[in-house]
Amino acid sequence: MKKILCTLAVATFATASFAQEKLSIYHWFEYIPQELLDKFSEETGIEVTMDTYDSNETLLSTLKGGKLGSYDVAVPGDYMVEILIHEGMLDEIMPGELANKANIQPEWADVSFDPGRKYSIPYQWGTTNFMVNRDVYDRDINTTAMIFDPPEEVRGKINVLDSRGELLGLASIHLGIPQCSSDREQLRALDDLVQGAKPHWASFNSAGAKEVLVSGEAVVGMIWNGFGAKARQEGANVEYAYPREGMIVWMDNVVLLKEAPNRESALKFMDFLLEPENIAAVSSYAWYSGGVIGHEDLVNPEVLAAPEAFPPDDAPAGSFVEVCDEETDRIYDQIWTRLKQ
Amino acid sequence: MNRFRRSHGPGVGAFDPLKYWLILPAWLVIGFFLLAPVCLMFVFSFLTKEFRGGVIWEFSLAAYDQFLFDRGLFGDEPPRIQWTYITVFVRSITQAAMATLLCLLIGFPTAFYIATRPPQLRAAWLFLVTVPYWVNLLIRTVSMKFLLRDTGPLNEFLLAFGVIGEPLSIINTSLAVQLGLFYSYLPFMVLPIYATVERYDFTLSEAATDLYADKWTVLRRIMLPVVGPGIVAGSILVFVPSLGAFLAPNLLGGAKNFMIGSLIDEQFNGNAGNWPFGSATSMILLSLVLMALFVYARQVARQERN
Repeated sequence: MKKILCTLAVATFATASFAQEKLSIYHWFEYIPQELLDKFSEETGIEVTMDTYDSNETLLSTLKGGKLGSYDVAVPGDYMVEILIHEGMLDEIMPGELANKANIQPEWADVSFDPGRKYSIPYQWGTTNFMVNRDVYDRDINTTAMIFDPPEEVRGKINVLDSRGELLGLASIHLGIPQCSSDREQLRALDDLVQGAKPHWASFNSAGAKEVLVSGEAVVGMIWNGFGAKARQEGANVEYAYPREGMIVWMDNVVLLKEAPNRESALKFMDFLLEPENIAAVSSYAWYSGGVIGHEDLVNPEVLAAPEAFPPDDAPAGSFVEVCDEETDRIYDQIWTRLKQ
Repeated sequence: MNRFRRSHGPGVGAFDPLKYWLILPAWLVIGFFLLAPVCLMFVFSFLTKEFRGGVIWEFSLAAYDQFLFDRGLFGDEPPRIQWTYITVFVRSITQAAMATLLCLLIGFPTAFYIATRPPQLRAAWLFLVTVPYWVNLLIRTVSMKFLLRDTGPLNEFLLAFGVIGEPLSIINTSLAVQLGLFYSYLPFMVLPIYATVERYDFTLSEAATDLYADKWTVLRRIMLPVVGPGIVAGSILVFVPSLGAFLAPNLLGGAKNFMIGSLIDEQFNGNAGNWPFGSATSMILLSLVLMALFVYARQVARQERN
């Protein structure tokens, strides 16, 4: 018995001294394969812990609620990177601190939400559109009217994402107005549009966006492209639409948080994710696209060949969800609250 | 009779320091985990909102103003009564009341049945009542969704037997929310009622019947006064958590219409990021519940005096 205790004590002591280096990740749910985290630990000897969140807003409120200083890296979406920069919650990555920074694909090396990529590196990107069940509806689906002015057959069978930015963003695209408008006529039109469309919607569901399509509960469902590819894989006869009015694109990014307890580990992790084969493993798992030069050749070819993976050449350019100033944001918030009242 | 016996129980009358030590841990827990957060919430509800979450330490009534007055989409119209949040409250209260009613309709006969079984069987029945509680509430609510949806077993069963020609659209309606709440909290109704029915002396019913009371009168005049407190306790235990629930409305109701719980959640975890308003809404909810309980407690006290 004594022997066992001794061994245990030694073992504990050994791991404690060995695993001095740690990394604390705050990440989206189901968005990184465990094998990849294990690989990182094996290569660097850094012990990884991870907590997860299910929306950009939850990430923000957790950090605001006193968790800044407990995590090293997080993975906010485009507009949330901009907000976190404004809030002073991100730490700048100094030139030369990331050995693999040059691996970022040129189109993602300088982005509107983080000019010059001072705070973030690309993780995955994709589009937010909607899918339509082809057993029920066989006409043209490439229009935002499928959601906001839906044809008879699909009414009452529509699921939208429970996400203000993406839903009101797509609604603005449908109306052809800016996402942060301060024009009263435009804002009223937006309010009227969503109020008028709501009776045709069955539910607001983000986490279950795939499940409602697979089960047939929804005939039309707003969804992120990779999540949608999985819905199709699971046997639903659904097609991903590329509306001619425009679409929402998004990019999730790895950021270095202020007051990170393990800044060095965080930088190592970012370098690790800038290796083509590592980010390719994420893409193969999540069915989205990476932003690292040469990673495509290493992604599961099935993922790349999916019709959801890349917009066709004739599809219009996508827009990121925009960050409005406080006064404008208050009005969008009113519209959202009235919508869900 | 009961009251009389209790006031002469052991340890009462003489000062007993042990008694205070026994209650201390409970007081500490309540103080630390209940009173302190409520005080914090109270303070936050009177602070100024910081853009995108957080508070600025300046006194403000803006949160309560937002709850009461509607100044239009652009915030510059003359103030009118704000119906938005009243609607949310009325909806939540209705849903919670319906769930309580359903629980009572099913829970009372169940409790009555269990309490009238032989003692060894009662334990087995009570055990069965608690079995669903071994599974997490989220899992149970999601399972409920699978059961109720258009292609779910309930509809398939009814379709197969020709009871209905079209699937019943239950999912994403308030009925689904009520069923979800009902199922989530049913044991909270059964157990307190069981506790009172078990203590009920059935010879009283026999005596009443001998004196020519019909069944309805026995239930109303003899039994109800005894098991009434159990029904009230069960109703409170079901109604109050239903009022603040947000799993069932979100998963079964399609999150189309805010309930109080989801409205508050949105202020902290949603786009709104309005902590003072979330705190104010919580305070208003808390005050309403406390007032209702207070009124009830006074009523009971008055009845007992008479």
